[in-house]
Parts: sequence; structure tokens; C-alpha cells
Amino acid sequence: MAIFIDKNTRVLVQGITGHQGTFHSKAMMDFGTNIVAGVTPGKNGVVVNGVKVYNDVKTAVDETGANASVVFVPAQFTKDAVLEAINAGIKLIVVVTEHVPSHDMVELLLYAKRNGVTVIGPNCPGIASPGVGKLGITPNSVLKPGKIGVVSRSGTLTYEIVNYITENGMGESTVLGIGGDKVPGTTFTDVLGMFEKDKDTSAIVMVGEIGGSAEEEAAEFIKKNVSKPVFAYIAGVYAPPGKRMGHAGAIISGEAGTAESKISAFKKAGVSVAALPSEIPVLLKNLYKT
Amino acid sequence: MVNLLEYQGKALFNRYGIPIPEGLLLINKAGIKDEIIHYPAVLKAQVPIGHRGTSGGVQTVKNGAELAEKLNSMQKASFGGFTPKAFLLERLVKHDKELYLSITLDRSKRSPVLIASQSGGVNIEDVPKEEINTFTLNQLEDLPIKIKQQIFALFDIKEVSRFGLYNLLDSMWSLYKGEDAELVEINPLAVSDDILTALDSKIIIDDDALFRHPYIKPDLGTNPLEIKAKKEGISFVKLDGDIGIIANGAGLTMSTIDQIALLGGKPGDFLDLGGTDDPEKVSKAISLVYESKPAVLLINIFGGVTKADTVAEGILLAIKKEKPAFKVVVRLRGFNEEKGRNLLRENGVEAFTDMTEAIHAAVTSVKS
Repeated sequence: MAIFIDKNTRVLVQGITGHQGTFHSKAMMDFGTNIVAGVTPGKNGVVVNGVKVYNDVKTAVDETGANASVVFVPAQFTKDAVLEAINAGIKLIVVVTEHVPSHDMVELLLYAKRNGVTVIGPNCPGIASPGVGKLGITPNSVLKPGKIGVVSRSGTLTYEIVNYITENGMGESTVLGIGGDKVPGTTFTDVLGMFEKDKDTSAIVMVGEIGGSAEEEAAEFIKKNVSKPVFAYIAGVYAPPGKRMGHAGAIISGEAGTAESKISAFKKAGVSVAALPSEIPVLLKNLYKT
Repeated sequence: MVNLLEYQGKALFNRYGIPIPEGLLLINKAGIKDEIIHYPAVLKAQVPIGHRGTSGGVQTVKNGAELAEKLNSMQKASFGGFTPKAFLLERLVKHDKELYLSITLDRSKRSPVLIASQSGGVNIEDVPKEEINTFTLNQLEDLPIKIKQQIFALFDIKEVSRFGLYNLLDSMWSLYKGEDAELVEINPLAVSDDILTALDSKIIIDDDALFRHPYIKPDLGTNPLEIKAKKEGISFVKLDGDIGIIANGAGLTMSTIDQIALLGGKPGDFLDLGGTDDPEKVSKAISLVYESKPAVLLINIFGGVTKADTVAEGILLAIKKEKPAFKVVVRLRGFNEEKGRNLLRENGVEAFTDMTEAIHAAVTSVKS
């Protein structure tokens, strides 16, 4: 089992004819994902990786029964693409695109909530559940079915950590990248709650970074609601204040958002904090020994 | 993040109907006739820092001679490392109250919030919590009348100013939404009799939304290397140390910095390549770090889908071009990684599979 997706998830790829969309829809299919349609305005009838492309989401949904979407369209058009998917009745939308304006996200999330839609991202690797499917861009090669649930604000750092887990003989139930932006559709606490309920997840790994207070809020949530063991790694301990470290959300402003504050919040919540990414599998192995 | 200067923010205030004092933008005193200026006036250095008043960046001038003299001294001064290139000369607004208003994006609520306080004129971080009033706003709705009424009551101003305040709040809200602002701050908002005036402006615009605002120029920063990187579309931050760093992905780059520091090394930069295997971009990134003259360069690539052999070619291309005097250590994972690492080794570049080993090699090479 997995969180967010299952064998009935029928995936549509918005922006499938672009370089990223084409490449990653193939990788998603190789991972066993049921991709039923693509959408690119003006490209109706084109076939990409054996998948039919439609001009609009509504027609694609009507003809294929798609119920989830992965968005690769450029940032300027992401808001319209997601609104179109919401209006067509899609209930799960993964936004891979980076540099989506914050105001667009705030508006989108209000629409999504009103319509009972889950948005993951933007600027994220999405969902990967080995054995079930993948809605996003996490490399297939690092993933293996298993019991560890991974949730992260980062991209490549997540692949690195997941790879460490896999190379050390363990595997993942679901790997979920929520993205490094200021306004993420899905938060750490949303995912922690789902991992806690998911019977196929026995331990949780969180990958956080500097900026904002998402990790501190997650720590509060863990104290009250999570009984499964949680492990964390925080990037940016030595990042200078006031400088944006790549991600829109990764910035220390004044006292807020420091790695120190996040690590101390985690420790207070009983979360084991790794000093290095390579320590994560060591901590996990210790858990399974006892 | 684009941090607008006071005069740029006030131009937006003016466009959206937020009252500001009459003023002039000066580069120097040439061509300024004293008869058009209402003395006493306030001369304000246009620099992107707070508290410029305490370091002499805001001064009252009584006549033309004083203006010339103070302008001259401010032009030579530095405020928080910034030398002003422009000055705002405004009518002095006599007032009996200073208030605070701002609208900003609350990350944890994922909503805009309006902040109001009776304690204006000071840094909002220094105002006691009980004097700060916060109202969560809905991005899809107008500003609710209830919130306007509450702020009017809180500010305890004359009834005659009620609708002036309501209009001002509506204007702030329109500006926040219309310009993709991350912050719209009026501090202080001056109250004199029945007139409200925004004495200062602080506006931050989301740089991801600049495609909608072609007249707002991106903030490139002040470091020449950072400016160059931004123009190339590379995410780069100069740090103080001597170990040059190139990695792919913001999280992995930060983590590389942390691990170098943990081993006692001194990180020299943050350079995130992004998810690229374009040899040209890899080569440009190396040239950029090369210019910051590190003692060693560590390249850390974890490419799940990145073609590692193409990255290796880019690295070798740059080394051939720049002939660096420093050592280059590479950690390379990804598609065709074995081929990539062999290619590097054949050309005399140290190549690793494991991140920790590569970081260790880079740090030890500086120490020895």
C-alpha cells in the first residue's frame, strides 16, 4: 500500500510534449504507473510514449477517466493548468514546475480546498511508491519496495538519502517530496498524519532544510500524533542568514528558520536527528536490531 | 525577492492611491530651484536597509544651503555598506501619531496577513507582542469591513479619518495582490489632524512573478560573481572559505557545505547547478567558481536521471579551458556513472562514488 495513490490511480500528464514531460512520463511508465493521457494545448492527437495527447484536461478526463495529474507546464502557465485540472474534476495534482509565483499558489490552494483537491508541490519531486507507481521525477534507480516512509522539502538530497536506505538493504513504502517553496500545497504535517495511519509504513524519515517553520510545526505534530519512530536530517546548518540558498523557501531571516531551531524542536519531540545523510540508514538499522 | 527602494515603493503607493508627502527624487542638487521646495524638508538617502535614520540617512533641511551641504555629505557616506545613488526630498509632515501597517505572506498559514500596530515608527520586531494585531486575509476576497472597523478602533483616530483609513487599507490590499508583493509595509503611517500619510515604504516583490511586472528589475545583489551567476541562471552565493563547491539541487548543495564545515573545512560558495547535464552549463559553473579562487574545488553530483558521462565531459572541458591551479575533486553518481568517473580519472581528476569520501578528500587536500 501507499499513501495518496493506489492501483486505481489513472494519471494524466500536463505538459507531456515538453522535454521534461516526455522524459519523465516514460520513467513513470517504466515504474509501473498507469498513465492514461497527456495534455498540451494545440497538440491534440499527438502520441507521446504511446499515450494520446489532448488539447484540454476536461476532454482527456471524459475519454480516459484520469483522476490524477502531474504538471510540467512552465511557471507562467502553472496556475491556469492546475485550475483547469481542478475544474475537470481531478482530485490529486502533483506540480513539478519550479518558480511558480507565491500568490498563484495561495489562490490555487484556496480553490483546491474548496473542491476537495490535494495539491503536492510546486518545485517538488512528487510521489513515488515502489510497486504502486510514481507521480513525479524521483529516479527509479534509487527506489525499492519497503517499510520506510520518506517526506522531504528537497530534491536531489532526498534521492541521496533514499539511495542510502536502499543500498543498505532497506526499502520505501512511499517517498514524498513536498518541495522547497514558500507555499507548498501539502505540508510535513499532512504527510506525517498519513504515514502514521499507513499500515505499510513502519518508520518515517524527514528531510528538512532551513527557512520557515514547517519543521517546528512538524515536531509539534509528532509529539501529539505520531507513534511511529521518526528520523530527520536538516540541511543548511552552516548557511549564512539573509541569503536564499537556492530554494525560494530556504532562507534564514533574523532568528527564524535556523537549522538549530529545527533540530532542537525535533529532539524535543523525540525525533532522532542525523548529522549526516549517511547516518540515516545507520539509525534505521539500529531500530530494526532492537 | 526584489527589495524596492523607498522612492520606488512610494511610486507604487501613489499609483494605488496611498497618500505620500509631496517630494522630489534627486541625484544631486544641479538644476534644483529653491523656490519649488517647501522648506523645512526631509532629505532621505535611498538605500535598501532599515534604521538609516539612526546613521544620518534621514535629515531635516531648512534651506537651500543646508540641502546642498547635507546632500554632499550623504553622497559620500555609506549606510550598511550601501552608498546612496539617489535621494528623496520630501515636505516635512508634522504629525502627532505614528502607526504601523503591513500586509505580508504568512508561510505557515499559507495566507496573507494584515498586521496593525499603534506603535509605529520603530522596527516591528521590537514592538511587544501584545501591541501587534494580526488579521488573516483571504486572497480571493476583498478586505472585510469588519477588519477595517477593528483597525479604525485600534488606531483611535478621528471619525473624519475613518474613510481615509478604509481607502488606504483597500489600496494596500490591491497593491499587495496587483504587484505580487511578499511585503507591503507602511511604517510609520503619520496622523496629523485628519490626514493620514505614508512617511516610508517597504515593499518586497516575489521575483518568480516578475514576468507579470516587466518594469520591476530583478535584484542582482552587489557581489560581482553573484550578479554574473544570476545572469547565467545559476544559483550562486559567495561564502568566506576556500573550498569551492558545485552540486546539483539546493538541498544537496547545502548538505555538502554542512559536511565540509563539520570536517573543519571552510566552504567558499553555494553553487546549485539544478537538474542539468548540459556540459556547457557545468563548464560555466566551474569558470564562475574558478574566479573566486578556491584552494580546491569539490563537485558533488547525484544525478538520478542526469547523464554522468556528459557531466564529466563538461568538467574536463572547463579544466582544459581554465587550467586551474587548484585541485578538482569530483563525486559523480547517475546514468553511465562508471564511464563518467573513468573518463575523469583518465584525465587526472580524482573521482569518487561516495559523497563522504569525496568531501573528506577535498577537506584533507586543503589542510595538507
